[in-house]
Amino acid sequence: MADPMTPVRYRVAAKHQETSDTWTLDLRPLAGPIATPRPGQFTMLYAFGRGEIPISVSGLPGEGSPLRHTIRAVGSVSEALCALVPGDEVGVRGPFGTSWGLERAEGRDVVMMAGGIGLAPLRPAVEHVLEHRDSYGRFAVLIGCRTPRDLLFLRQLEAWRGRFDVEVEVTVDSADPGWHGDVGVVTGLLPRIPIDPDNITVMMCGPEVMMRFGARAMIERGVAEADIELSTERNMKCAIGHCGHCQLGPKFICMDGPVFPLPEVGPLLAVRSL
Amino acid sequence: MTEVVAQRQSIRDLLAAHPFFADLGDRDLDLIAGCGQNRVFRPGQVLFREGDPADWFHVIRRGRIALGISIPGREDLIIDTLGPGEVLGWSWLFPPHVWTMDATALDTVHVIALDGVCLRGKCDDDPALGYSLARRFAGILSDRLASTRLRLLDIYQADPHG
Ligand SMILES: Cc1cc2nc3c(=O)[nH]c(=O)nc-3n(C[C@H](O)[C@H](O)[C@H](O)COP(=O)(O)OP(=O)(O)OC[C@H]3O[C@@H](n4cnc5c(N)ncnc54)[C@H](O)[C@@H]3O)c2cc1C
Ligand code: FES
Repeated sequence: MADPMTPVRYRVAAKHQETSDTWTLDLRPLAGPIATPRPGQFTMLYAFGRGEIPISVSGLPGEGSPLRHTIRAVGSVSEALCALVPGDEVGVRGPFGTSWGLERAEGRDVVMMAGGIGLAPLRPAVEHVLEHRDSYGRFAVLIGCRTPRDLLFLRQLEAWRGRFDVEVEVTVDSADPGWHGDVGVVTGLLPRIPIDPDNITVMMCGPEVMMRFGARAMIERGVAEADIELSTERNMKCAIGHCGHCQLGPKFICMDGPVFPLPEVGPLLAVRSL
Repeated sequence: MTEVVAQRQSIRDLLAAHPFFADLGDRDLDLIAGCGQNRVFRPGQVLFREGDPADWFHVIRRGRIALGISIPGREDLIIDTLGPGEVLGWSWLFPPHVWTMDATALDTVHVIALDGVCLRGKCDDDPALGYSLARRFAGILSDRLASTRLRLLDIYQADPHG
């Protein structure tokens, strides 16, 4: 088995600007690829000479598709990754961490709630449900971001919205008058979704505050905590449970997470004490 | 400007079916319905502007309404949208009874418009009705406050690593 600490060399095959500070990189292996990630997992992306950061897989490789990552430039390494151009090399370790409970959710209604860059780790999960549509009940994707300019994956969103078997709702914090969509917080979209508390799985990814409010709103509607999964972020270094960098209470996000059932991390994110 | 549409279904039945009035007693529904009328707004039509007297409030049945503010020297900003199952405006209930935002129909909007002056009169005469309505509006105010707080946190810009 490959050494999990040694990056595998990939080439940037294409680059797509999503928003003013966020880019999606399509990566192809120079030699052997990493193992195929599951939706919700992340890799450690290494910008040579700058450093390495955890980034969720935003598109699974396979059948001609590249390995995709969507990166928001917020600091030294993420800026370096976003500055790469097609042809440049990048190191990839992984995949690491837990994945969304898509098998467990089979036969049930699924609601996914994404805030900002949180749509990136959920995109492979959305695609999985759409590709296995008969295996799931009702399916809704709720997306919130700051302004219409901050929306990720515009073309894909249009395609999802064009389908009759998924309800896609988007809301922004504020907008210019040209915007004809919703304005308000993402939890405000929840009353539109029919919720059968006995038969639903909720998957959330976004800022922790959003997930706290989102989880609380779901619990108020009768959803069991065990049926709510969320993806958490903490700084990471080794990604294999050695360094303790990613610790959240007794959990190591790199090994036990990033996707957790709410009961495991709710108290740490203070969901109940809100 | 506003089209008052033919009252095919009674205002009372429409109010009874609206989530905002869920569980309201028959007598109260009758009283409130007496102050209401159906209205339809075309896409882009302004329901009211900031500073206009708040004589009405709107129970939204269909369509969506954008709430916006004008900022001198900047493009107008939409800060909320409301849709079916929601109600627009509480300024009719509290002095000085003036709207604090602009409201514009985003698509064809069907509402029941309730006459605020008429309703205030009925609430003054019947404190139990007044309390029941005030409680419902307090629920909305509390939701809006929570959502404003959430937005004040500017959550999507936040550093998740705290
Ligand atoms: C499991 C996991 C999955 C992740 N998936 C993604 C992903 O798909 N896409 C993505 O863009 N990021 C993702 N992140 C976050 C990403 O790893 C961090 O943004 C990155 O580590 C920042 O490193 P840097 O060197 O660029 O910034 P640093 O130099 O470390 O930080 C620069 C500044 O930015 C702030 N900052 C750091 N991280 C963030 C952040 N995420 N948002 C806002 N401000 C921040 C810091 O506090 C500091 O002030 C993920 C993190 C984890 C743990
Ligand atoms: S990143 Fe080293 S223990 Fe998790």
